[in-house]
Amino acid sequence: MKVLMFGWEFPPKIFGGLAVASYGITKGLSLQNDVETTFCLPHPCGEEENFLNILPMNQVPIAYRDHGYEYLKEHLPNMSPEDYYRFRDHIYADFNYMPVNELGCLHFDMGYGPNLNEEINNFSIVAGVVARAQEFDIIHAHDWLTFPAGVHAKMVSGKPLCIHVHATDYDRSRGNVNPTVYSIERNGMDHADCIMCVSELTRRTVIEKYGQDPKKCIAMHNAVYPLNEEYKAIVPQRKPNEKVVTFLGRITMQKGPEYFVEAAALVLQKTRNIRFCMAGSGDMMNAMIQLAAERGIADRFHFPGFQRGKQVYEAYKASDVFVMPSVSEPFGIAPLEAMQCGTPSIISKQSGCGEILDKVIKVDYWDINAMADAIYSVCENQSLYEFLRDEGIKEVDEITWEKVGLRIRKCYDQLLGK
Amino acid sequence: MKTICLYFEIHQIIHLKRYRFFDIGRDHYYYDDYENERSINEIAEKSYLPALTALIEMAKENKKFFKVALSLSGVGLEQLEMHAPAVIEKLQELNETGCVEFLAEPYSHGLSSLANEECFAEDVKRMVKRIEQLFGQKPKVFRNSSLIYSDEIGAQVAALGFKGMLTEGAKHILGWKSPHYLYNCNLNPNLKLLLRDYNLSDDISLRFSNTSWSEYPLFADAYVDKIAKLPEEEQVINIFMELAALGIYQPLSSNIIEFLKAIPAAAKAKGITFSTPSEICGKMKPVGALDVPYPMSWTDEERDVSSWLGNQMQREAFNKLYSVADRVRICTDPRIKQDWDYLQASNNFNFMTTKSMKLSMNRGIYDSAYDAFTNYMNVLGDFISRVNAMYPVDMDNEELNSLLTTIKNQGLELEQKDKEIAKLQAKLAKLEAAAKPAVKKCAPKKAAKVEEPVAAPAAEPEKPKKKAAPKKK
Repeated sequence: MKVLMFGWEFPPKIFGGLAVASYGITKGLSLQNDVETTFCLPHPCGEEENFLNILPMNQVPIAYRDHGYEYLKEHLPNMSPEDYYRFRDHIYADFNYMPVNELGCLHFDMGYGPNLNEEINNFSIVAGVVARAQEFDIIHAHDWLTFPAGVHAKMVSGKPLCIHVHATDYDRSRGNVNPTVYSIERNGMDHADCIMCVSELTRRTVIEKYGQDPKKCIAMHNAVYPLNEEYKAIVPQRKPNEKVVTFLGRITMQKGPEYFVEAAALVLQKTRNIRFCMAGSGDMMNAMIQLAAERGIADRFHFPGFQRGKQVYEAYKASDVFVMPSVSEPFGIAPLEAMQCGTPSIISKQSGCGEILDKVIKVDYWDINAMADAIYSVCENQSLYEFLRDEGIKEVDEITWEKVGLRIRKCYDQLLGK
Repeated sequence: MKTICLYFEIHQIIHLKRYRFFDIGRDHYYYDDYENERSINEIAEKSYLPALTALIEMAKENKKFFKVALSLSGVGLEQLEMHAPAVIEKLQELNETGCVEFLAEPYSHGLSSLANEECFAEDVKRMVKRIEQLFGQKPKVFRNSSLIYSDEIGAQVAALGFKGMLTEGAKHILGWKSPHYLYNCNLNPNLKLLLRDYNLSDDISLRFSNTSWSEYPLFADAYVDKIAKLPEEEQVINIFMELAALGIYQPLSSNIIEFLKAIPAAAKAKGITFSTPSEICGKMKPVGALDVPYPMSWTDEERDVSSWLGNQMQREAFNKLYSVADRVRICTDPRIKQDWDYLQASNNFNFMTTKSMKLSMNRGIYDSAYDAFTNYMNVLGDFISRVNAMYPVDMDNEELNSLLTTIKNQGLELEQKDKEIAKLQAKLAKLEAAAKPAVKKCAPKKAAKVEEPVAAPAAEPEKPKKKAAPKKK
């Protein structure tokens, strides 16, 4: 089975959760021997793993340029000249009015640049060429950025379109959606034959807010990769008489940081030997620093800033409790990572990952009393801490991308009527 | 001749309220009054009252033939007294028919049998006393909370003077043996064991209204037929369940009450009788001892204590609770004693179970096992600090006990001396009255003088407490 997949980011260049999820899904699928995935990426860096074919969209020609074999070999870092010629044969319109380069290709920024809307459109134009040139059985598009490309490919080829909703604009904006984004999302969903949502929570949003047929919406939960040896070997830095409670993520409205500060203030009324740490950055960071000061807990409340790579895992390992009080979280992979490090997690009931996790404490994001109580309980009761630590690792080890891959495969088979 | 031993249990816990850690040390009232009143009224209305009315009718219709055994937990009884006294009246009415035997169980419906011998004995004795007060019967047969039984518990129960005990006919204990015989405890052969037939019991309490069950709908004659078809030598059929099975687990709309009412007639037709547990213990000889090295119960598939002590959290809560058992036993504060009963109830631990269950579980006010654990530990934290505040923590129990005994003995001594003084005074007054009727007026003055030295030792018992008080800080 050949899958044509559209994505916006892919490791090792990680801008958000989408890269990690894209990697997991493709890796999970690659473990089935008969699935061949072509992953269309706007601007690959060339260091991606090679268990799948990465198709660099910034090297697919949309305007005819006559170049010799040797010239192409020199100027195309991630594509063979044969592929270039094949794509060039399938140019479907005159795109010379577009800002193409000397190879007849469009330029894409890495990640999420300032002219994102234009790039989304360009991506869709290139997808038209790819869909005409490639051979594939099914189309799979990740997140709204690639929906137009997916729809275009479906129009050209008539192959079934499967879209993957990692987040909706309702999650990002607490209800005040951007009409442009909404219309792109809505259009993609309307044309899709199957909508995979990262949680039941997202599935409900898709059905209720985007008016989709429940029959074609499927909850397809994410998974995590086993910790690599380097991270496993991290020795946690702990002080014996002090507990550390951590919030890790973007400090934005969606993540509910203010509830974490309020809960911390409640806990610190009762005990002083707990430290709180709010790692990450975001537009609400200054407001949070101010709030912590107002509550008089600044001496116990720390802002180490944005953490990357190994630092993230060091933070998890150094914590006794991980808290994710998100107001609306389509999935939320962080608690799973914390659990892998043996750190008990408290998550909001409004988080999609809660649907597949049992060995975590779930509270309403607004219920600061319950959150404070849960934090206090894990810090004070060794048995609860140990139970969540040990059982948590066991639980999260069972959540693998391989299983997700099998479920996605099943969906493909159904779509193809096998 | 076969005989059915029918037994129902009445127990409802006192629900804890939402108790946050910032309440520790501030709020010493732990209970959800609204939920308690609501739940007990619902159960009384839907189950206890109709079921007991049916049992009374059955007893009156089948005089001397129909017999049933009942037991109540102390905490359940308190709930009924407070919110649904009509149930107790019904119980007394049933008692007057003479067909019912009341059994004993631990007052708190707790797990003290697994933790603390003295605490367990006290728990049981208190319940025996309550049953005697209410129904004028002294229980001779015992059933532990959730039918928990092991060899050691059997020996303890025998030492408390019971002649029989009910427990589960668990498959992993019985093996090839049948529960339809009388057994005895292997540590004390005088204690007879009646084993629950879980198939026949669960037919009623678990499956009765289940439409996808192969034997649905179950009728009384078919049910009695099943019993009659058992091999001739198997004579004791023990059907034990909670009374709430009639009406709550199996709704009244399933006609479970009518089913129950039809059983005596069907049994009579097949020549099957009814017996109470103590009749069986009196009449029959046990066929042999039962080896139960590890505790078993009537709960869950495993039929062991894992639904209360299965995970680390449950064990920590359990150990913490019983770590103050001896202290609480010594103490005399009625509120501490009361809280102690309510906190022991095994349901509190059951709410913390993390076993994945086939049947959906009712966790009361709690969302999850962690929520239940957190709430319980907060309450327990406050309770333990109250117990510790009563007596200094660094004094060990033995020392404390001996001090308290001294105080108690001194008190007794003083009482005795008071009596003696009173006697002597009376004598003196008599003598004086006989000798000098004229000096009568002086007598009270003298008496007052005699009393003075008494006043000093009377203050003494307070002293050790006062002296000890600064130590705790």
